[in-house]
Amino acid sequence: MAELRCGILSDVLLEIKHLKKSFGDTEVLRDLSLDVHTGEVIVVIGPSGCGKSTFLRCLNGLEKVQGGEIRLKGNLITGSKTDWQKVRQQIGMVFQSYDLFPNMTVLQNLTLGPVKVQKRSREEAAETARKLLARVGLAEKENAFPRELSGGQKQRAAIVRALILNPEIILFDEVTAALDPEMVREVLDVILELAKSGSTMVIVTHEMQFARAVADRVVFIDGGEIVETSPPEEFFTNPKTERARKFLNMFQFDKRKEEP
Amino acid sequence: MPDSGINILFEGTNFLRLLGGLWVTVRISVVSVLLSILFGIIVGMIMTVRNPVTKALTRVYLDFVRIMPQLVLLFIVYFGVTTAFNVNLSGEVSAVIVFTFWGTAEMGDLVRGALLSVPKHQYESGEAIGLSGLQIYRYIIIPQTVRRLIPLAINLTTRMIKTTSLVTLIGVIEVLKVGQQIIETSRFTYPSASLWIYAIVFFLYFLVCYPISRLAKGLEKKWQN
Amino acid sequence: MDWLFLQKYTPMYIEAAGLTLRIAAIGILLSFAVGLVCSVVQQLKIPVLRQIVGGYIELSRNTPLLVQLFFLYFGFPRLGIMISSELCGIIGLAFLGGSYMAEAFRSGIDSIEQTQIESGLSIGLSKMQLIRYIVLPQAVSVSVPAFCANIIFLIKETSVFSAVALADLMYVAKDLIGLYYNTNEALLLLVIAYLVLLLPISVVSTIIERRLRHARFGN
Repeated sequence: MAELRCGILSDVLLEIKHLKKSFGDTEVLRDLSLDVHTGEVIVVIGPSGCGKSTFLRCLNGLEKVQGGEIRLKGNLITGSKTDWQKVRQQIGMVFQSYDLFPNMTVLQNLTLGPVKVQKRSREEAAETARKLLARVGLAEKENAFPRELSGGQKQRAAIVRALILNPEIILFDEVTAALDPEMVREVLDVILELAKSGSTMVIVTHEMQFARAVADRVVFIDGGEIVETSPPEEFFTNPKTERARKFLNMFQFDKRKEEP
Repeated sequence: MPDSGINILFEGTNFLRLLGGLWVTVRISVVSVLLSILFGIIVGMIMTVRNPVTKALTRVYLDFVRIMPQLVLLFIVYFGVTTAFNVNLSGEVSAVIVFTFWGTAEMGDLVRGALLSVPKHQYESGEAIGLSGLQIYRYIIIPQTVRRLIPLAINLTTRMIKTTSLVTLIGVIEVLKVGQQIIETSRFTYPSASLWIYAIVFFLYFLVCYPISRLAKGLEKKWQN
Repeated sequence: MDWLFLQKYTPMYIEAAGLTLRIAAIGILLSFAVGLVCSVVQQLKIPVLRQIVGGYIELSRNTPLLVQLFFLYFGFPRLGIMISSELCGIIGLAFLGGSYMAEAFRSGIDSIEQTQIESGLSIGLSKMQLIRYIVLPQAVSVSVPAFCANIIFLIKETSVFSAVALADLMYVAKDLIGLYYNTNEALLLLVIAYLVLLLPISVVSTIIERRLRHARFGN
């Protein structure tokens, strides 16, 4: 499946070349290059502090980069004249802490971008929002305030908030890390469904099973650089590098007793 | 153009007199703060009791003190109590009574807030490791509340010092009143006296209050985590 | 209790309360303006102005209104600047209140989490839109209780205006005590007058505070 999709959709949507980012003297990303193709789902994994979240934030202009370049559909977006307001409509992002705006209802949260930024009509935006809410199982929550929703519901609404702008690509930054275990599934199911419908996504996650199921390619980052890029089956069953093997081993437990 | 009116400070014992007045101000504040802390702790603990009667009483007390200007309270005690009970309270005693009455309410509310802000699981954790009720207070609750309280209590002190300026209006001879007296006696020798004296009183207050509020802010930051 | 006295002098109190309210209203409005300007200067970290604002806030918060008023009312004429009692009260209140309002604005802005700003940016909002739809509405819900507390505080502070010859409530009470020795009645009217002025504001602010708390935290 993965090879098939990569084979057909070969045009590069997001092109990242020699990306460098440091906070003060600490180098967080050193020389990171990656192509994301249209319709592709990239899952980024790696140990805490390896720079994977920073990587995602660079793609959305939330962090300034110190070197290298990023191109969206061939256009350079790391220049000084980048209109991030425009770019961000094409690169959606969902955060770990969901961050719906607490002063607005769910529907207001969703229509703010389309109406105020994209100047779409209020009616159309609301209608689209309702459709999308239904799609993620929140049809009856449009007038609820964020505080009335569970964590999983909030995160699903936050995904819709990114989706409704019709972005070319969506970035997911550990979107289930702050959720109670029983709510993780409902959020991941939404992302899986998006993957099936052909959305281009870059997902940072710690959910290994999910990564295996959703990814076209797994990118393993450690120490601010890409250590390995492989199809998921290969990565999880037979990683090429020692560092990836070590990382994956942390999720394994040996049985306490030998089976008879 | 103001004459070199600043010289008025060095005339006779003027500056010392001003400092003497400032001392009265500080004395009233310190006595009132100490009494307020003492009574405030008691009132604060009463406020946490789940009893509708004490709740209502403390609520009315707190709201009344918060709504009434301190000057009105001073008038009530200084003029009102004096006539009603035919006792003669000096301005300074009236001031201490009023500021303690006011400070106790404020302090009580702070103590209540600090006590309630200790999460329930802190008590439970104490119980879980087998501490007695007294030990839980001694080792867990009091250290945590005190850290919250001290900066707030210090803040209350600066408010108290500033409010003490009001006592000049009920005839206590403190720094502002001393300033007025100096101005009166040097009306002809230093026509610009009022400008200088009030500026100096202004900065004297600042010099007393500013370090104290810095201290409160510093402690608050230090103990935040 | 001398009922005739109460009847006779109540109108004087009403008039004085009107004066107190009028000056308080102007002073408080100016406080908001001063506070807003100060907090904008501090937020944008404008050099020099920022230090001036910092100095002003410390001066204003660490000195009593009464001393500020005396300086304005008795000191300034020596510089050739005459200031009427009313203007003096208004300036004094704005000088004092400005720093308190600035702090209230600041606490609201500080309460907004960085992630809220980032969420706004990520859906393509402009800076102005971010302020209009995200920052302001959320900041206000934190600042409003502080605003209410400041309003009550400033109205209370007007009680020292009598010291600069403003015919406010305290002035009337002191006058009556001095003239007729009807101390109890004069003080009773004084207390009632302040209760009538401040109790409604206090009640309304409690209600608003509860509403906002509910809106923000849901409890």
